[in-house]
Amino acid sequence: MTNLVNEKGIRLDGRRLDEMRKIVARAGVLKRADGSGYFEFGNTKAIAGVYGPRPIPKFLEEEERSVLNVIYYMAPFSTKERAPPGPTRRSREISLVIKRALESIIFLEEFPRTTIDVYIEIIQADASTRCAAINAAAIALADAGIPMRDLVSSVSVGKIDGKIALDIAGKEDEEGEADMPVVYFPRRKEITLLQMDGIMTKEEFQQALKLALKGCEIVYKAQTEALRKKYEEIELDSLVQEIDNQIN
Amino acid sequence: MNCEAKKMMIIEEDMVKEVIIKEGRRIDDRGFKDYREIKIEKGIVKNAEGSSLVEIGGTKVIAGVKLEPGDPFPDMPNEGVLVVNAEFVPFSFPEVLPGPPDENAIELARVIDRIIRESKSIELEKLQIPNTKKVWKVAIDVIVLDNDGNMKDAAILASIAALLDARFPSYKIESEEEIKVDYATKTEERLPIQRIPFGVTIAKITGKLMIDPNLIEEEAAEAILTVGGFEENSKLFLCALQKAGNKGFTYDEIVQAIDIGLEIGKSLVKILK
Repeated sequence: MTNLVNEKGIRLDGRRLDEMRKIVARAGVLKRADGSGYFEFGNTKAIAGVYGPRPIPKFLEEEERSVLNVIYYMAPFSTKERAPPGPTRRSREISLVIKRALESIIFLEEFPRTTIDVYIEIIQADASTRCAAINAAAIALADAGIPMRDLVSSVSVGKIDGKIALDIAGKEDEEGEADMPVVYFPRRKEITLLQMDGIMTKEEFQQALKLALKGCEIVYKAQTEALRKKYEEIELDSLVQEIDNQIN
Repeated sequence: MNCEAKKMMIIEEDMVKEVIIKEGRRIDDRGFKDYREIKIEKGIVKNAEGSSLVEIGGTKVIAGVKLEPGDPFPDMPNEGVLVVNAEFVPFSFPEVLPGPPDENAIELARVIDRIIRESKSIELEKLQIPNTKKVWKVAIDVIVLDNDGNMKDAAILASIAALLDARFPSYKIESEEEIKVDYATKTEERLPIQRIPFGVTIAKITGKLMIDPNLIEEEAAEAILTVGGFEENSKLFLCALQKAGNKGFTYDEIVQAIDIGLEIGKSLVKILK
């Protein structure tokens, strides 16, 4: 077993314990979907596309709200060993917990008898795939113009070599002692997804959760910035068009 | 669920919230840190190597453990294999459709799996079958018979009770690759269990935390957290967490829920011993 953290508190990939991998966030990356988002944590890459609100088969509809449907899917080539195509027990559980986290922010009650479909594809996996998936999905929902209370933001924290670290990746994921994905709803200061496996004391848990919330705030900034960028561009385009029209 | 039942449910959910807010009590008058009556019966299925029936209030769950020689995972050639599966019997609640496990059953199985695996409850490295390339595969199958709320805690208790109940069948090593098992004859040899983990589910209703939500409390809850842990050398450790419910917890609520989960879990395992 290799050391995951050296005596100076530096990790294998050169990060400090409280440092995240490089983040890339983009809004509106797909043409056909009603809304789309892209999110990267280092080598973990997720794309989300949203359709809806749209009609739903009668037997599935709900009288008072829209039915949120979330599918998290890993591309077969996304992992080192080929992942068998189709849903797995893991991907179905992840879809369920992502759905719960997103339900808290969408005004589902505004669209009774419809469905909102959120499809998420992991293109490349290097730990924290469910976190990247949620971050991409929140951007995609906003990009689709679906009324929301806020975005949600997600990171994972973990325990490596007995120390609490932000955004577990690579070998840390395989050899670490604990892994804990967290989803945060900043406006309400609420945690809407929390899972953990591995061994931690109560004190370590509190330290980990605090670190995760700090990470979520950073992700939140990146997501809002991505959305702002896209819509500022559109505004500029429409201005150019307006001026063109005036000249002609 | 038909429309009438759904309307009834909404009225009952409101009642659950109202008595908490106005009278500071739970709908069934339990304390906020009280389980409903728990019953555990071991050894109820003769053909299983280990089994148990657990009831928490009206929730009934059966767990069975089967032990069979099998191939280890290629990356862990010296370790036994743990498999957990959970199913809702179609009569257990009206929303269940017959067929393969849905995402809620999958989640249940994966939470049980995580609590047992991450606590290193079973010493899997002791499950290698000597002088062969085979290991023991421990298969836990959980069947929910009746869902009156908090299936998770009942299923976790049942699984652990069944593991503690399990005895190896007698077997004969024919060759490196072949082991003959006589399932009709049980030996006195038990599974190598080094820790007894627990799972305690805490619901938040109108901002108040309470353990073991019954069916209607589960429906009324804003958020639910299952805390998995174990005690060792009189120190408590967390080994798994799973949040449910479609709203959130604040940081302080989570910290408080974990305190409650660990404290209650510590006494919960005593009924297994």
